[in-house]
Amino acid sequence: MGGFSQAFAEAFVLLWRFDAQVLEIVLRSLQVSSLAVLIGTAVGLPLGACLAVGQFPGKQTAAVIINGFMGLPSVVVGVVVYLALSRSGPMGEFGLLYTPSAMVIAQVVLVVPLMAAIARQVVEDAWRNYQEELAALRFGWWDTVRVLLHDCRFSLSVAVLAGLGRAMSEVGAVMIVGGNIDRATRVMTTAIALETSKGDLPLAIALGIVLLVLILLLNAGAFALRTTVMRRFE
Amino acid sequence: MASGVLKRLIPALALSAAALTVQAGESITLASTTSTENSGLFGYILPIFEKASGIQVNVVALGTGQALDVGKRGDADALLVHDRAKEESFVAEGYGAYRKDVMYNDFVIVGPAADPAGVAGAKTADEAFAKIADSGSTFASRADRSGTHAAELRFWKAVGKDPEGKPWYKASGSGMGATLNMAAGVGAYTLSDRGSWANFKNRQDLKILFQGDPQLYNPYGVILINPAKHPHVKKAAAERFIDWITSDAGHQAIADFKLNGEQLFFPLKAK
Repeated sequence: MGGFSQAFAEAFVLLWRFDAQVLEIVLRSLQVSSLAVLIGTAVGLPLGACLAVGQFPGKQTAAVIINGFMGLPSVVVGVVVYLALSRSGPMGEFGLLYTPSAMVIAQVVLVVPLMAAIARQVVEDAWRNYQEELAALRFGWWDTVRVLLHDCRFSLSVAVLAGLGRAMSEVGAVMIVGGNIDRATRVMTTAIALETSKGDLPLAIALGIVLLVLILLLNAGAFALRTTVMRRFE
Repeated sequence: MASGVLKRLIPALALSAAALTVQAGESITLASTTSTENSGLFGYILPIFEKASGIQVNVVALGTGQALDVGKRGDADALLVHDRAKEESFVAEGYGAYRKDVMYNDFVIVGPAADPAGVAGAKTADEAFAKIADSGSTFASRADRSGTHAAELRFWKAVGKDPEGKPWYKASGSGMGATLNMAAGVGAYTLSDRGSWANFKNRQDLKILFQGDPQLYNPYGVILINPAKHPHVKKAAAERFIDWITSDAGHQAIADFKLNGEQLFFPLKAK
């Protein structure tokens, strides 16, 4: 297959030339997805911790639902957010459809269940270990949540990275709510879909390689940060 | 420590979010078809319009049926699509303020070079479709309510064939590019607009087998979404675009757009 070697060559050229258009698309991907993950972190991690620590009827059901929502198809999220943001929809007056804000909203919906589910598992495991100590300190459930979130912050970085990975790699939702508008809402994944539909498969794979390199760099950065910070605390 | 990072990160991200939404000057949303976007036409003519008017045109490329739906919901300011019957009823039902002719191109029938159905020998497009159905050769259909899909259905109807559900009829339910990828992959026939075909790179064994019949004529129209129905429509800016693309300057830009030296779209004088 000559296609693959051609794709790698094109990817190398794209990275080497620092193509302005590709750079713009990469930056937009990063902005949209990091904003979505930031909001996802603020909502998803406390939500997961509450599900782990809280004692309420239907707790098991809630955990199953959150875990199930990890597999939510992004295209379904796209359609639902589209209907909500459409001019004829409940939030139509804000005119958010086909803007980067719409893409952030859709990605938040996608990453919150994933991040909450991972956080719930991580925090629950920690809680099992410290349950007696925390009870002895007469911590209320909210204080318990806060302490455990802080205590698990290094393990929880996995949840953040998983959220970032999902946000940056999904295409179904951002395609529908963003519209893949050139210079406005085109991100890495929608650009890849567009090149595929033009039959320019080498360029599509080249952009895919750029995306993969980017996600690997982010993960490597997070790993390095985590290692240095942990060393300082030990 | 982590909260310190967060405190510095939040304003940075808020700023970047603000930067995301800032757009220089005025802009309109144009729902159009994959055929115009994928061929590179918009990439060529829109910068000319933007330079002349200062209005940025945000193109959302969909199938014609989907673009009409988006227009109905008020999620675009104008439409540029190719299904005259549906466009006219769209205006008649009050969703569009008016419709104007813009340009035309044509459809081509592409298929495997071996041409098992003998389409290349057909005298009319109708006959070509009848040959495909009679020989039971694999045909990849858009099946997505696009303008191209509507045209394809008209041909089947004209020759009295109902391909729906037949084993040789592959309803892809996707855009022109994806359907061409499918046809290339399985060696199927398909109906494509000339622009998408001209810009399609993964041809493998596919080639144009039938073209040039007047039946394959494919006109495009521009529609202003009715501001009476959707008050937020940017009427003034959208009308400047409509006036431009139907003017001599717009027509010139359309005629000047060439791919590999071939003119793909031909301006239509308004009646």
